[in-house]
Amino acid sequence: MISLKDVSKWYGSFQVLADCSTEVAKGEVVVICGPSGSGKSTLIKCVNGLEPFEKGEIRVDGISVGDAKTDLPKLRSRVGMVFQHFELFPHMTVAQNLRLGQMKVLGREESEANEKSLKLLERVGLLAHKDKFPGNLSGGQQQRVAIARALSMDPIAMLFDEPTSALDPEMINEVLDVMVELAREGMTMMVITHEMGFAHKVAHRVIFMDGGRIVEDAPKDAFFGKPRSERAQVFLSKILHH
Amino acid sequence: MGSFDFNVIERSWVYLFREGMVFTLTLTGLAMTGGIIFGTVLALMRLSSVKALSRLAGAYVNLMRALPLVLVIFWFFFLVPYIGAWVTGADRPISVGAFWSAVITFTMFEAAYYCEIMRAGIQSVARGQVSAAYAMGLNYWQTMGYIVLPQAFRNMIPLLLTQTIVLFQDTSLVYVISATDFLGAAAKVANRDYRLVEMYTFVAVVYFLISSALSMLVRRLQDRIAVFR
Repeated sequence: MISLKDVSKWYGSFQVLADCSTEVAKGEVVVICGPSGSGKSTLIKCVNGLEPFEKGEIRVDGISVGDAKTDLPKLRSRVGMVFQHFELFPHMTVAQNLRLGQMKVLGREESEANEKSLKLLERVGLLAHKDKFPGNLSGGQQQRVAIARALSMDPIAMLFDEPTSALDPEMINEVLDVMVELAREGMTMMVITHEMGFAHKVAHRVIFMDGGRIVEDAPKDAFFGKPRSERAQVFLSKILHH
Repeated sequence: MGSFDFNVIERSWVYLFREGMVFTLTLTGLAMTGGIIFGTVLALMRLSSVKALSRLAGAYVNLMRALPLVLVIFWFFFLVPYIGAWVTGADRPISVGAFWSAVITFTMFEAAYYCEIMRAGIQSVARGQVSAAYAMGLNYWQTMGYIVLPQAFRNMIPLLLTQTIVLFQDTSLVYVISATDFLGAAAKVANRDYRLVEMYTFVAVVYFLISSALSMLVRRLQDRIAVFR
């Protein structure tokens, strides 16, 4: 579904990604972790072309992201993305946030888009808030709306960029619950998170990044059992014991 | 000098407002609308990644802000008929009239100032908003039109209005092309009846009242509009 081959990226002379390669199969859930500045977020933004990369190849459902001829808006509309800071559109109501992409990108009729929006809001437990503005919702609620907004486009895969790290602790689980449900339904997911409980529960594989490199890419049980690299061991012990 | 004769105001105020103030407000309204639209286009050009566009817009803004307004008014008044003739292919300068010449001048001139406000407004919209819009599949124009500009415009309403108050006062400079705005109408009456102190005091009071009413509106809006971040 998603394949990365020797992806490298530079900011000026500083290399942020170095020869990153991996594959995400259909229905697979891959958790990406690593210290801040390790390039996780940049890598995931390369997958839907939000960040350009200089070397290597990324393919999503067979379509090359780096190819100048690729219709990027179309490709992006098929890959959902959830951000650390939610990024709901503050001047639109919750329901309008969910309708926008469906109508302007997918060309759905308003009634159809509306029906879909309400169904998704019900699913994330926020139907009652459909006419509110994002600023009047809690962080956890906003992030659930953001997930529903991404799902409104019927994506073939979902990217999560630290979806719970801007949340107050008591709101983390309501968001993780939605993500777990999504994973169990077979959604293809790349998730940057330090919530190892989530990784334990639903991840198939865990990728550990450091210094712009994929240091470790292992099945979940192997990763948590004993990572091969020392850096991953140190990182794990730090985030698990505090 | 003798005593003041405020009767002259009673005799002339209908004329002042009907002729003069209507001209002033129409000019202000049209130049504001045109200036904000053109200024927004300039702002998008200035922020464009295409170097040629951003340089062109930057040069235009700097030029307009470096010239005295009176000069620009004069210059356009004499030049626009020739430009019009060149554009339409007519063989003699076309007649534009003081009013439309003023509308064009103020639109072009104020656009430079509105541009800087809209540029700050666009930059005030969180970078992540653009990423979210692109990630959903919106293209550049949709992202600007549905996501960035509505937020930028809302955040900048107080500043845009403040600039419009300046524009409202600046329109009085059309006296140099003999247009009859509010000040021009008052000047005519003042000279005819030789009541300069009374008329100019009256004009000053009216400008003061309208400008401070607008300023008060701006302050109230500032309190009510929470900036999106």
